[in-house]
Amino acid sequence: MKLWLAVVIASLGCAALKLSGYVVPSRFVESPMARRLLEALPVTLLSALIAVSSFASGSHLLLDSRAAGLAVALILVAVRAPFLLVVVAACATAAGVHALHP
Amino acid sequence: MPSPPPTDDHMIVPASRKAAHRGIRNRALTIGMSVVPFGLSFGAVSVETHLSLLQVCLLSLVLFSGASQFALVSVISGGGSYLSAVGTALLLGARNGLYGVRINALFHPRGWRRLLMAETTIDESTAMAVSEATSGYALRAFWMTALSVYVLWNLSTIAGALVGNALGSPATAGLDAAGPAAFTALLAPRLTSRAMRFVALASGAIALATVPFVPVGAPILIGGLSAVALLLVIDR
Repeated sequence: MKLWLAVVIASLGCAALKLSGYVVPSRFVESPMARRLLEALPVTLLSALIAVSSFASGSHLLLDSRAAGLAVALILVAVRAPFLLVVVAACATAAGVHALHP
Repeated sequence: MPSPPPTDDHMIVPASRKAAHRGIRNRALTIGMSVVPFGLSFGAVSVETHLSLLQVCLLSLVLFSGASQFALVSVISGGGSYLSAVGTALLLGARNGLYGVRINALFHPRGWRRLLMAETTIDESTAMAVSEATSGYALRAFWMTALSVYVLWNLSTIAGALVGNALGSPATAGLDAAGPAAFTALLAPRLTSRAMRFVALASGAIALATVPFVPVGAPILIGGLSAVALLLVIDR
């Protein structure tokens, strides 16, 4: 039930954020500081997501097969490999390392 | 409304317009195809996180923003609270509001068109419309890209969820590396300046440093928001 609530609120909230650009006076959103903030948010949140989903397990830091997957992903992204290859290679690496060190 | 294409030569215009339309259609399709692997991974990771097919579909139909959708599922999958999951998704989706300002300035849609346009205002459609802003084909570029990405995103997330369901847990070992890999691919093109690279590193470090001390899921918000604050300080 709570999961449904999260799905619905996130969905409607994100849809409302999209619409906000069309109805909120543009001088507010287009102020240099707001623009800078809105451009930086995806950068910092994605980076935090990468760090936490690679190195945290609950409230502990943990170095496991996910780190190997991330290393492969970083290399492939750096050489501009296609998205599919990045994800598949990262998952295969993590699965391989996990099989060796369960 | 975009200004009509130049019409000084009646013999050439229809042909060149056709070519331009074809070019836009092909680029829109290519961009749509490029979201398919992302949609597949999102669908598979979602069912692994115990979202139902209906919930996956609702996210793709209504939320319709890949990074926010994947972030929501990733935080839940990591054991974070629903509040931190929704908060992360919303903050990631805030940039679409900025895109909305740009698209609104280009087209000034009204009524139901405004709602439809707002819902499909995402990275891809905005980039296409802005790149065609002076060609006279911006509106067509926006709608073609929006349609292509919307249809292919929804189809690929359903396919990913169905495949994930069919394979079950044993075959999806290693799928916990899909989120970090997808986020890395989304992050890389945004690291356009030294300041952005610095705050990205700072955010990751702050998030990890807080992991043992705050509720699960919160480190992402703490890292993300404090690094943005750091950027505003650096800018001064």
